[in-house]
Amino acid sequence: MLSTYTYPQFSNPRPAEVGQTIQRPVVIVGAGPVGLSCAIDLAQRDIPVLLLDDDNTVSVGSRGLCYAKRTLEILNRLGAAGPVCDKGVSWNVGRTFLAEHEVYRFDLLPQPDHQFPGMVNLQQYYLEEYLLRRAQQLSCLEIRWQNKVVAVTRDEASSEIEVQTPDGSYHVLCDWLLVADGARSPIRRMLGLDIEGRVFQDRFLIADVVMKADFPAERWFWFDPPFHPNQSVLLHREADNVWRIDFQLGWNVDPEEEKKPEKVIPRIQAMLGPDHAFDLEWVSVYTFQCRRMTQFRHGPVIFMGDAAHQVSPFGARGANSGIQDADNLGWKLAAVLAGSAPQSLLDTYDAERTQAADENILNSTRSTDFITPKSPVSRLFRDSVLQLAQHLGFARGLVNSGRLSVPTFHADSVLNSTDLPGEVFASRMIPGAPADDAPVRRIVPSLASHAPGESAAVDAASPDWLLGYLGGGFVVMVAMPEDAEAQEGLDSLARWMQSLHKTAPMNLRILVVHAQDASAGQATSTADHLAFPLVDHVLDLKGRVIERYDLTPGSAYLIRPDQHICARWRNLSALQVEAAYRRALGHLSH
Amino acid sequence: MTTNRDARISTEDKETNEPVSLITESHFSDPQKTYFYGYSAGDDFYEALIAAHANLSESESHAFNARLVLILANHIGSLPVLKQALRAAAIEDK
Repeated sequence: MLSTYTYPQFSNPRPAEVGQTIQRPVVIVGAGPVGLSCAIDLAQRDIPVLLLDDDNTVSVGSRGLCYAKRTLEILNRLGAAGPVCDKGVSWNVGRTFLAEHEVYRFDLLPQPDHQFPGMVNLQQYYLEEYLLRRAQQLSCLEIRWQNKVVAVTRDEASSEIEVQTPDGSYHVLCDWLLVADGARSPIRRMLGLDIEGRVFQDRFLIADVVMKADFPAERWFWFDPPFHPNQSVLLHREADNVWRIDFQLGWNVDPEEEKKPEKVIPRIQAMLGPDHAFDLEWVSVYTFQCRRMTQFRHGPVIFMGDAAHQVSPFGARGANSGIQDADNLGWKLAAVLAGSAPQSLLDTYDAERTQAADENILNSTRSTDFITPKSPVSRLFRDSVLQLAQHLGFARGLVNSGRLSVPTFHADSVLNSTDLPGEVFASRMIPGAPADDAPVRRIVPSLASHAPGESAAVDAASPDWLLGYLGGGFVVMVAMPEDAEAQEGLDSLARWMQSLHKTAPMNLRILVVHAQDASAGQATSTADHLAFPLVDHVLDLKGRVIERYDLTPGSAYLIRPDQHICARWRNLSALQVEAAYRRALGHLSH
Repeated sequence: MTTNRDARISTEDKETNEPVSLITESHFSDPQKTYFYGYSAGDDFYEALIAAHANLSESESHAFNARLVLILANHIGSLPVLKQALRAAAIEDK
């Protein structure tokens, strides 16, 4: 089917339960990037997951393409970022052209010293293949292909699905049914749930072509190019010398006609010029909608990804936001299943991810309205912005060919603890913010007092990254205190954590950040926290942790399992950490 | 977001500290909102601008724009700045 990719064919043995009803704590429907990410996250937490998919292979044809920095950070936590970055095409720069002139250039990663680039382009089938490879390492994750959900019922406490297979049907009673079955979501329809929003009257032609070309790995977007007048064109590089070209067609075209090679090839030739030989890999014509479900949680049934919300493709906010849904849901469901959080914690998945969906819909709608003006006056303003952008900086900022996927700051989340009065941080790492990365190196402070300069043994391993120490469970990140009083705070926190660990399964660790130029005595201590196994020490290799989090000795951040900040203090206090931790688990009365 | 002083075409008036030059770098802000990404305030304005024209006929849109220019010009007030703006807007049509 494709010249550069062979689709794997999956099968599974005849389910032993044909004709029967089984019971499972968590069933996920849809083994796309979102369903797979969620399944891996839960299985990494030792939660048994049954993942169902009605197909027998990975994503067919040209679908998701751009995976943003935040998504790569999540995939890293899930154990799948390595192959995605190795196979994919990394890029940070986007260029926007009007006719033949560049009018706007953006850099997705203006800050140095992050592990991941702004964006990696990779065909969706590769992403799914790499996620599957990871999924197959997890013993409590069972995937069943060609298992199609054909009926669903639910009550307050659980749901029941009927699953059709080539060998017959069976039923599953699910404590939790997680729905990631795509934009047309059969389960959403079977439950009669609404999804509302705008349909856009425009058509776009996607052509994936195979060619050897030396264009740089950048996103190029044209308004009104000479080779496709009055419309827009987008060019992306993918893996395997495949290039994605996206032509705006307007509403009044015949999609079937536009897909024919005799129609598509001349368009591409006009764009590339006579020197580029290419082969068509995939062609489709699409329209899109921006819409979301009113609620993502319906009791024991929880929706995520395209099943819950859809955006225009300009901004790469579809798959990226879906994987962030999974990231948000995984730890919360795990905490509820473990009994360490009330079920109402799952309502914060709904609150936070509908906020994110609204933000994504807003941005992708604005991009779409800029690319496809809906009225003559809107077109006039758009063209004026593009014209002024050649001369005036402010207009370049208004050029909107896609605001690319960035994580949402859940600043209003009920899980956050507000900053204490009078405590000011010169940092955007506010409660609700996704944690910024920075280069660090593990160190092993020694217990006993000894000669200066020998206090902290630097781990010989190559530099690693702050985010590698955050996530999975909760982390209290503390800037190494200088005085004895503050160190006592760290010790009492460590003691509290130790007692907590016997009763609460939600993982909690301490990460002590040491400044590069700290005096030798700072890292020496006979204190309890050094002897406690759940405390990591890192050196702030380039000073970026202290800079990005505005840390002073004794400052502390509480970071959620999905690497979002939920509280911060200038002076560590075990009591405050405990209260914030309980709040972040949804115990809101405390 | 803050004003980028380097973005001004010329300097400020030494005595009054009033800007006597046109600001040409992005300058949109909303004290009521916290923006986490640089483009958001400008996009908020642009959306409000287009929305203000919704359901207007072409001649109504023209008239709306004229009123808007007059209102904004009075808000700016400074004749040197306004004259620079007039020149900046007079770039050739392509």
